[in-house]
Amino acid sequence: MNWAFFFEVLIGGLLAGVMYSLVALGFVLIYKASGVFNFAQGSMVFFAALTFVSLTERGMNLWVAMAVTLGVMVVLGIVIERVVLRPLVNQPPITLFMATIGLTFVLEGLSQIVWGSQPHGLELGIPDVPMEWLSKSANINISQFDLFAAGVSGVLVAVLAVFFQKTRIGRALRAVADDHQAALAVGIPLQHIWAIVWAVAGFVALVAGLMWGARNGVQYSLTFVALKALPVLILGGFESIPGAILGGLIIGASEKLAEVYIGPYFGGGIESWFAYVIALLFLLVRPEGLFGEKRIDRV
Amino acid sequence: MKRKNLAITLAALAAFVAGGAQAQNEQFIPANGYWVGPYAPGGSGFFGGIIDYFQMLNTRDGGIGGVKLTWEKCETEYNNARGVECYERSKKHPPTGASVIHPLSTGITYSLIEKATADKIPVISMGYGRTDAADGRVFPYIFPLITTYWSQNTAVIKFIGRKEGGMDKLKGKKIVNLYHDSAYGKETLPVLDVQAKKYGFEVTHIAVPHPGNEQQAQWLEIRRIKPDWVILRGWGVMNPTALKAAARAGYPRDKMVGEWWSGAEEDVIPAGDAAKGYIAAAFNLPGTSFPAMQDVVKYVYNKGKGDLDDKTRIGSIYHTRGVVAGIITAEAIRDAQAKYGKKPLTGEQVRWGIEHLNIDDKRLKELGAVGLMQALKVSCMDHEGGGAVKFLQWDGKKWNVITDWISSDQSIVRPMIEQSAAQYAKEKGITPRDCSKES
Repeated sequence: MNWAFFFEVLIGGLLAGVMYSLVALGFVLIYKASGVFNFAQGSMVFFAALTFVSLTERGMNLWVAMAVTLGVMVVLGIVIERVVLRPLVNQPPITLFMATIGLTFVLEGLSQIVWGSQPHGLELGIPDVPMEWLSKSANINISQFDLFAAGVSGVLVAVLAVFFQKTRIGRALRAVADDHQAALAVGIPLQHIWAIVWAVAGFVALVAGLMWGARNGVQYSLTFVALKALPVLILGGFESIPGAILGGLIIGASEKLAEVYIGPYFGGGIESWFAYVIALLFLLVRPEGLFGEKRIDRV
Repeated sequence: MKRKNLAITLAALAAFVAGGAQAQNEQFIPANGYWVGPYAPGGSGFFGGIIDYFQMLNTRDGGIGGVKLTWEKCETEYNNARGVECYERSKKHPPTGASVIHPLSTGITYSLIEKATADKIPVISMGYGRTDAADGRVFPYIFPLITTYWSQNTAVIKFIGRKEGGMDKLKGKKIVNLYHDSAYGKETLPVLDVQAKKYGFEVTHIAVPHPGNEQQAQWLEIRRIKPDWVILRGWGVMNPTALKAAARAGYPRDKMVGEWWSGAEEDVIPAGDAAKGYIAAAFNLPGTSFPAMQDVVKYVYNKGKGDLDDKTRIGSIYHTRGVVAGIITAEAIRDAQAKYGKKPLTGEQVRWGIEHLNIDDKRLKELGAVGLMQALKVSCMDHEGGGAVKFLQWDGKKWNVITDWISSDQSIVRPMIEQSAAQYAKEKGITPRDCSKES
């Protein structure tokens, strides 16, 4: 057993998992606040990244482009609340879920109509190459960009945790998630809360889009990163921000280790479905996920 | 009042008859492609090239032999079911139905093999599709023209052999084949294994699951193997991701050879600096300096009729690939007109034209396509017709040609094609044509 290689795979997997968590966070936010599984999160990641990169390619300063894109995502969140969600208040969750499926295709089409379907490169100024000192001293290749992405995720989680636990809006979000009608009855403005949470999810989508876009380029396939987040959500729980992070780490590490050590026995290429095997196993043992809230219904 | 109404009716009738007559003198070629979705850059560039070339012929020459070329876009989204749906729609189009199909998808090509053969509509799968369809005795209506995947692969190994100082120097070398885990990606596994045995190199096949936007594990495995060369057989996002991952793994990009679906501008630009030095195969070259391309610019784009919205894509790899497809299609129609007359032709007649294509160096010069593509001679036995490949290297801004045309190794490829086609014929109960009796 080559332990240096094992640890390289393990660390690489953990860092890849952080990238999955970034996408999963967007799902968690909306589910936590509205009980809706937002199928359109992948499209929001694509839309945000494509808007940002298209603005910078038209000569806009990086920070200005980021601010403008954030503004666009906030407006998008408000529009979604007004046009799609508001008419569906008190409808069953499956109706809202179906609405987000429709939203996915609208966003994908809109992105390509406005900005075109060509792939774009995205450089954030963080080199995506192995750190030389680590390569030389331990023969382990860890990219600076991966560490940067892990740092960004950490900060994002901390900010979101404070937002949800310590602010009035955060508490209102949690109340709305528990029961729409009860929240309305105690005077919580449901529409405002939904608009806020979709805007925050738009911000998370922008961050995830920048990270994934810098890694693979900004193109339509960014919508597929949502598929990477699904096993993370199943494992970590749909309502838990720490669950999204821990789930990402477990999925990332285990799928990479499986691909390297078990994959050759199956002809390779197993990591995409292996992640779901792990998630399903967890589901059997703990249906609500690692950190999901156990639901008890009185009958 | 009555007289006025009568005049209007007659005028409308005349316009209808004239329109009908015009439609009777049109050659319809469907553009069943993809302009949205993950593979849109390839689809829009390729079909942009075909349409631009047809538009150029219409504007410059009034079509082919006085017959205007017409087309209709149908969005397949690179999806087999949609591809078949578009095919079914286009085969009824007046005046003759679809006269030739370019599916631009290996999957859709597979789905159309039996249908198109039954409907007598030729399918051109230029640089993709089912390799053993190069045996025209078994696949009369399928044309994997110019170079098949297997031919390309032998040219890639020849290129690597050249770089190593000779084919005998391949012995003991390690080559990783990083492939898209799909029918397309797996198409070259057998031919690589045969070559590994012949030349004594060690090949490791590593699959990347669709869509290929995460390759960390694969590149860690590559780092462990320490290969001398990596062959990249990707598609879409898998390509820039591989280049980025190679940079992260510290693997030199000038030791990576992509095949032609991994060798467009759209594959390298998203990877940024990580793509510098990367090498890719090509059966068409990029650029606007070829006379055929200059005519496209002059007669199409300068008149505001171009199909590409983004003018910076004119002359890109996918665009010139489409222009080459346009040239081949037009030449097949021209040849078929010489036999069947200058009128709209059926699929069966165009099939004859494709099977008798002979674009030699002299004809290439007349077409303004010297260097843009290789000479091509198709026959009943050989539906491939070319088989050579050039190699390009990305310098961070553009592709540079680094070799001449490298021929494929038909001593390996042809027996494999014939064996596979014979197996297919046996399974489907097809009696192969006797090419000596074909005119």
